[in-house]
Amino acid sequence: MGTEGSREAADRLREAMGLNRPLAVQYVDWVSGALRGDLGRSLQYDLPVAELIVSRLSVTVPLALMAAAFMVAAAIPLGLYAATHHRRAGDYVTMIISQFGISIPQFWAGLLLILLFSVTLGWLQSGGFEGWSGGVAAALRSLLMPAVALGLFQAAVLVRATRSAVLDVLREDYVRTARAKGLSERRVVGRHTLRNALIPIVTVGGVQLGQLLAGAIVLESVFALPGLGRLALAAISARDLPVVQGVGLFIASTIVVINFAVDLAYGVLDPRIRYE
Amino acid sequence: MRRRPLRHTTFTLGAAITLALIAVAGLSLVYTPADPLAMSITGRLQGPSPGHPFGTDQFGRDVLSRVMVGAVTSIAVGVIAVGIGAGAGMMLGLVSGYVGGWPDETLMRMVDAVQGFPAILSALLFTAVFTPGTVVSMVAIGIAFVPAFARVTRGAVLELRDREFVVAARALGARDRRLVLRHILPNTLAPLIVQATTSFPVAILSEAALAYLGLGTQPPHPSWGLMLKEAQNFLGMNPWFAVFPGAAIALSVLGLNLLGDGLRDLLDPRTALG
Repeated sequence: MGTEGSREAADRLREAMGLNRPLAVQYVDWVSGALRGDLGRSLQYDLPVAELIVSRLSVTVPLALMAAAFMVAAAIPLGLYAATHHRRAGDYVTMIISQFGISIPQFWAGLLLILLFSVTLGWLQSGGFEGWSGGVAAALRSLLMPAVALGLFQAAVLVRATRSAVLDVLREDYVRTARAKGLSERRVVGRHTLRNALIPIVTVGGVQLGQLLAGAIVLESVFALPGLGRLALAAISARDLPVVQGVGLFIASTIVVINFAVDLAYGVLDPRIRYE
Repeated sequence: MRRRPLRHTTFTLGAAITLALIAVAGLSLVYTPADPLAMSITGRLQGPSPGHPFGTDQFGRDVLSRVMVGAVTSIAVGVIAVGIGAGAGMMLGLVSGYVGGWPDETLMRMVDAVQGFPAILSALLFTAVFTPGTVVSMVAIGIAFVPAFARVTRGAVLELRDREFVVAARALGARDRRLVLRHILPNTLAPLIVQATTSFPVAILSEAALAYLGLGTQPPHPSWGLMLKEAQNFLGMNPWFAVFPGAAIALSVLGLNLLGDGLRDLLDPRTALG
């Protein structure tokens, strides 16, 4: 309508969009639609919100998975190393690195990676994503730097959680018994310690997975990736509230699913835990 | 045995960095090397030099002065966001823990529902409804902190409400209000101080991220996140422009994290990292 629209036209539009109904009615309508998978229509694109969200998942999901893989691959060995070298140089160096990892904002880490690998060395492109049709390798290359920047903070948190959980288990009597039986340190840590330390590690890892999705919103902006985050940002700028609501609901639901999966994982990791 | 704070390396280092941050912010209120808003067409995107130790931005503004003023924004957002989270969370936690029963159940289920929801995401949703700006960032981040403070307060109250000194005060005729405010609340402060210190860096990071996305502090006001957004377009021409504001965020967060870890070790040695 623009700024020149008449009051009558505004009223007609308000009625057509159902905005003249009480807020509670609009909310109930939205919730009942959401339960059926209908998140409404985008005001900006005039497309179903669910369709828009699904179209962006081919960027955000692989990005989050790569970041999660980086987080686990970096954090678990480092946390184990720090715990098994408690109060030695390796432990202190690992803790200092993780402290820096927690302090560096993800988007600054992204900018530094662009500065190093794109501007200075020219190894990787500084941003953009040409889709999966151009080849899996090219797509993964585009997501590599954002995934590392995204996973860095979460990895740093998980290193500390792993170290702390493993240290707790290493003080247990059964670990002392395993050592007294003459088992190698590798077997003591691998078979007896890590498995029993996994519950707190999985708990923190689950929380960090949820945080990865939120972090992706910022990182997609840094690397100009056409994912869920950029969709949300564009929607916020255009006041496209159905899309904002839809993305918020999707991320919240994903976090709930991750938490549920973590709860189920407890039972697998420790058979003593059973859910009625 | 009382532990001496100044002999605790983590605490001392964190306190020193945090005090330096506060000192820089305080100094910037009365002195900056140059006017942080003054532009210079001829002096754009310069690297570090004696005249501009942190270089200049795309409008020729002095980056050092802008980083100094940006510290005020970060501290203000941190203080107010943590204040909102602590104030509201403490009230909810006190009521929930002290009253118990269905109010406790209802409040805690609500807290469960929002806890774990990333602060940056709730701040984003907030800015979708209200006009983006520093104040909206503060409120949005503060609201995201409420569940954590409510949980910590409730836990402390549950631990305290049946302790001997509270039972004794009740037996002496103290009313609920007095019991809560005089006897229980002061004893919940240690975990709340730790929670506040650990929330502060999260507030700084969230504000910087919101400003970077264009949804927090608006130009021309200096904010570290906003400066990084501007710097991204000129990485090839003046990389230093992206280095100093980012380093300021990282250093501030590092100091506050260390301070939080140190305080937790000193006030609650049971949860120390080992």
